[in-house]
Amino acid sequence: MVPVADRISGAEGHGRYRALVLRRLVLIGGLCVALFLSVAVDMALGPANYALSDVFRALFQPAAVSDQLRVIIWDIRMPIALMAVTVGASLSVAGAQMQTILANPLASPFTLGISAAAGFGAALALVGGIAVFPVATQFMVPVNAFLMAMLAALFIHFASTMRGVTVETIVLLGIALVFTFNALLALLQYLASEQALAAVVFWTMGSLTKATWPKVCITTAVLAVALPLFARRAWALTALRLGEDKAASFGINVRRLRLETMMMVSLLAAIPVSFVGTIGFVGLVGPHIARMLVGEDQRFFLPASVICGALLLSATSVVSKTLIPGAVLPIGIITALVGVPFFFALIFTHRRRSW
Amino acid sequence: MVGLVLEGLGARYGKRVVLSGVDTGLLSGGGMTAVIGPNAAGKSTLFKRIAGLISGPGVVHLCDTAEGKDTICYMPQDTGANAVLTVYESVLLASKQGSGWKVQDSELHEIDRILAALKIDDLAFRSLGELSGGQRQLVSIAQALVRKPEILLMDELTSALDLFRQVEVLGFMKDLAARSNMAVMIALHDLNHALRYCDNTIVIANGTMIASGPTSDVITQELLRDVYRVDARIENCSQGRPVIIVDGSLT
Repeated sequence: MVPVADRISGAEGHGRYRALVLRRLVLIGGLCVALFLSVAVDMALGPANYALSDVFRALFQPAAVSDQLRVIIWDIRMPIALMAVTVGASLSVAGAQMQTILANPLASPFTLGISAAAGFGAALALVGGIAVFPVATQFMVPVNAFLMAMLAALFIHFASTMRGVTVETIVLLGIALVFTFNALLALLQYLASEQALAAVVFWTMGSLTKATWPKVCITTAVLAVALPLFARRAWALTALRLGEDKAASFGINVRRLRLETMMMVSLLAAIPVSFVGTIGFVGLVGPHIARMLVGEDQRFFLPASVICGALLLSATSVVSKTLIPGAVLPIGIITALVGVPFFFALIFTHRRRSW
Repeated sequence: MVGLVLEGLGARYGKRVVLSGVDTGLLSGGGMTAVIGPNAAGKSTLFKRIAGLISGPGVVHLCDTAEGKDTICYMPQDTGANAVLTVYESVLLASKQGSGWKVQDSELHEIDRILAALKIDDLAFRSLGELSGGQRQLVSIAQALVRKPEILLMDELTSALDLFRQVEVLGFMKDLAARSNMAVMIALHDLNHALRYCDNTIVIANGTMIASGPTSDVITQELLRDVYRVDARIENCSQGRPVIIVDGSLT
């Protein structure tokens, strides 16, 4: 085709576009720095508080610090701090992609019942030793959580593809799933032994204190699988925000894209929940903050969602240690307390549309 | 010459047949074809079927189109007003499907040219959500053009545009089709636009093709009566062009 070149007005949008890209990269860089500092502060705080310089020395020159400091930073605090990062990132990306493929600003693993389903799956293993899929005992909890989360995600996905189903219907279905799985969870709690009940209660509150290196590695691995897959589909996922028909007109197999994304989302939502329990809010708000900062081009939205979610949960971890001196509050309890004021501030000061 | 021929074309949603019996002669590049018919007649369905987005009987024969290109581009009515994207990004998005993250300067220059040609370069960094329906429709046209199709299917192209913009955009598309040898099909409700700008016309009603051929042969007083249920005359204006004068509706 002959380019449309005859009616050029001389406007140069490409320069402004390059400047916009640069601004977004700077913003993402700034978020990375904030995340790094938050993780460092998270590792500095605890029953024994350390200066940030001690933490950096323990990180970058471990041979130059005392054995006690090295063990505390590397073996005790770093798994917890990094768990906050990976869990926050996973939940936020899961929420971002759910909002994208369901075209629904209220979609998140928590609001649509996927976290509740994962929690119920984990409780089945903890209370009754029931495996949804036969696996070794040590994997029963995460596998149960994942399979139940996937079932809930697929239910939401197929419901969303039915004719006549609206955005509001999906939210109502999600709320119904939350109530259903919470009721089933309560039933298991009622029937559980004292020891199992304690384990289940840990779930409902959400806590990073039982983080270990293997758990950090698994959640990192899930992110390492999911993020490149989403990145490869960045243009297609962004196009979904223009509407299903428009995306299809660009040659995108919308049905397949949605299904594949939903499968990855269920993995991203289930694995962290199986390790740290139910943590709401991050999956809903992380993507909204990212969207307000960098828009919805997935090349920027995806990394920004990762970092916003990670930063939100890392900052929450810091607050959970400082709110009551000497005590570490379960992170699920205070996630919203940290995030809500920040979110409100963004909403009320942000002039552009955020959905 | 680039073009397409529709042979026995139909469409199904599941087992339900929603369109049938669409046959045309060669709809050649360089010209515009109007697809007309009452609301819910099956015009969008025809476009989706030609673009391969839905299945059904019949064949779309493509003539002299290049392989490995975005040969057919469908521009739906849906314009994605909720997306937090600028106009510029939404056009870039259309051109980058299936390619890598890196954006070349040449791709950005092409977007500059298209936005300028459509006279929406001043909207380039406005969010889609801030635009009027008509402005979004122009952005949709830009999204279609940036993909450089050889056959362009435009659904309800002018429905949200004011009269000035309708005439401007249709004139622009006719000019573009002629210069670039692109076959353009447009769903229209204003039959005077079809008479003025389109070489061929396909009439769809109740999921069936009623007529197809040169516009002046297809749009007749009888068609207006039978398909649109209006009492109307087709007369030549002072400039010698046929215009439709509607006298009233038939009960």
